[in-house]
Amino acid sequence: MNFLEFLKQNWSELLALWREHLFLVLVSTLCAVMIGVPLGILLTRIKSLQTPILGFANIMQTIPSLALFGLLIPIPFIGGIGARTAIIALALYALLPIIRNTVTGILGVDAKVREAAVAMGMTEWQILRQVELPLAAPVILTGIRVAVVIAVGVATIAAAVGAGGLGTYIFRGLRQNDNNLLLAGAASSAILALIADFALGQSEKLFNNTNRVSAHRRKVITMIAAASVAVLLGWSFWGNLNNSASNSANKIVVGSKDFTESVILAEILAQMLEKRELSVERKFELGGNLAHDGLLSNQIDVYPEYTGTAFTAILKHQSLTDPREVYNQTKREYAQKFNLAISPALGFSNDFAILVRGEVARKLNLKTISDAVPLAKNWQAGFGQDFMSRADGYAGFKQAYNFNFVRQPREMDLSLTYRALAAGEVDLIAGNSTDGLIAKLDLFQLLDDKSYFPPYQAVFVARQQNLELLSQTFEKLKDAISTEEMRRLNYEVDGNKRSPKDVASEWLKNKGF
Amino acid sequence: MPEKRKTIVEFRAVSYSVGDARILNNLSLQIAQGETLVLLGESGCGKTTTLRLVNRLIDPTAGEVWVENKKTIDWDAIKLRRRTGYVLQEAGLFPHFTVSQNVALVPDLENWDETRKQERVSKMLELVNLPPEKFATRFPHELSGGQRQRVGVARALAADPPLLLLDEPFGALDPITRNNLQKEFASLVRELNKTAIFVTHDLREALLLGTRIALMEKGEIVLLETPEEFAKSAEPRVRAYLETVNL
Repeated sequence: MNFLEFLKQNWSELLALWREHLFLVLVSTLCAVMIGVPLGILLTRIKSLQTPILGFANIMQTIPSLALFGLLIPIPFIGGIGARTAIIALALYALLPIIRNTVTGILGVDAKVREAAVAMGMTEWQILRQVELPLAAPVILTGIRVAVVIAVGVATIAAAVGAGGLGTYIFRGLRQNDNNLLLAGAASSAILALIADFALGQSEKLFNNTNRVSAHRRKVITMIAAASVAVLLGWSFWGNLNNSASNSANKIVVGSKDFTESVILAEILAQMLEKRELSVERKFELGGNLAHDGLLSNQIDVYPEYTGTAFTAILKHQSLTDPREVYNQTKREYAQKFNLAISPALGFSNDFAILVRGEVARKLNLKTISDAVPLAKNWQAGFGQDFMSRADGYAGFKQAYNFNFVRQPREMDLSLTYRALAAGEVDLIAGNSTDGLIAKLDLFQLLDDKSYFPPYQAVFVARQQNLELLSQTFEKLKDAISTEEMRRLNYEVDGNKRSPKDVASEWLKNKGF
Repeated sequence: MPEKRKTIVEFRAVSYSVGDARILNNLSLQIAQGETLVLLGESGCGKTTTLRLVNRLIDPTAGEVWVENKKTIDWDAIKLRRRTGYVLQEAGLFPHFTVSQNVALVPDLENWDETRKQERVSKMLELVNLPPEKFATRFPHELSGGQRQRVGVARALAADPPLLLLDEPFGALDPITRNNLQKEFASLVRELNKTAIFVTHDLREALLLGTRIALMEKGEIVLLETPEEFAKSAEPRVRAYLETVNL
């Protein structure tokens, strides 16, 4: 699919992302201006505050954006998933340039001019309003301009905390290795940054007092600018309001994690609920354990999960190998600890899969992981960051099978390991057993003959409150999806670049649901 | 006969210190209505400090300054300053105001109505030889140094204050422009019958403009005399000053 076709098909979604992005940038910058400018003025009056406050703003700016989002999420009232967290983080980033430029701008006013103002009998307030602020305006506007451009860029990260925006396309594009998505997201945010930069640059010129602009014209242009910001804000606000409005009692919020399979499963559930005339809201592509946090904070009602992940990452247990035991224990503890329900298993599990090239497996007649151990001495392994770092990942795996790699495994992005294996750059990887690329690239999954890897059965996790509404659909989906089917569905999205929505509805039709 | 006239400004044993540094030492001085008192001296002698005490840009650390029969510390600083015209070196005009807006500053702060303000601005600009139709809408950066200084004088006079304070107003101008402005200023003050305190380090300027000259050194007044007596004085420090400026 070429880029233009892609745009034609997805323009309405792209427009919605623009709107979310604008919302984040405008609201956060407005907050930062409303806090930053008065604070900057205060710092010019009480100079001893400069070091601590500018220091704080400086530190805020040095925290990597993803880390700042992560730090804010668990904080009550401020954090959580969605736009609020993102706006607070973005506002914190925007503070430094705004405060600093307000201080610089006001202190940069010629001492003679200030002295004249005092000597003419102007009050402090008159000096600030009629002399200092107008003369500092170009510098303050530069600060706001810098803040906005930073905000447009950082707001792309906000997609990771479920705040939407153009980052949604960028993250999805990276995950699915889809250049159209990447280009649409990245180019959009670049264009937005350029427009903001240009517009604010023009308004700086307007306030530059060496420029001959009549007061009347300046007033008119300022009004137009303020009106267009208000209209943009209204537009983006309206959209966000519509999204979260109609919070009727019967509405079900379906969440998903931030990878293809989770989105497909959530989409299948959402469409089945919609067929039953229930109103559904989608909050997809939540990073990390945000979906779980969302359930606990009542922001979502249900999302697809894996028993192994729930058991180890959320309940913090040592991994077990018996799927039934993991399922039962997870179900019991979820009910006790979180008041959450686990649906019947969907029929497949998405385990770690130790993969080799198909031709190698056939030639050497490899079936199990143990078969590969004696041959693997000179192999180059390649693993994702996740597998390298977690306890039930590489370290335990190596020990359990007594693997002895001469060369240190190469650490890379999970999605790249498949291609690296197919291309012969590495000889063994740990992928996901339902990944569509396994069939597509002719890879072979070695059997986990020592049952080292914990089972990752797919299930839905739901809040007890909505279980009545959901259980009928859960029963229908019980054992409905096989591993091969899931691989195929994943490949339809990742390999054939189809939308999860279409893939899900096609599957539902074929199944006769 | 200055002793018959009303005293406008009086210093009574005024000292001013910053930390341990004593900038003015026990200064006493009277300035009568219609006088132009020149404070003359080298940089750091305390002449600008003396000026700034009058309109409460600073307050004395000891002693009292009286303006129009009231201690400055009893004056509302804002009110006092609006009754006192102030002219500084390089004018200190507001760069984002037009010439007309700059001149109208104090009338504006005092909420004069628009017609009265405009009339006053035109009158002031004519007074300082800047035809209003040509200059009113210009910005300070579109003027020469001399023109800016004229605007500065017009701004100080706009609200018709009884007292003018001038801090080396012509110090940064070229000699010819300075000479013209000095002459015009001398006749202007006489014509308007204003009381003025004028700070300078230029002896010629002092002799030309002052009705009395106070020579200051290290925070004290060395000699206070009319220009005629001043030039004749045998006081060694005055002679030394006269010699350094090669008169």
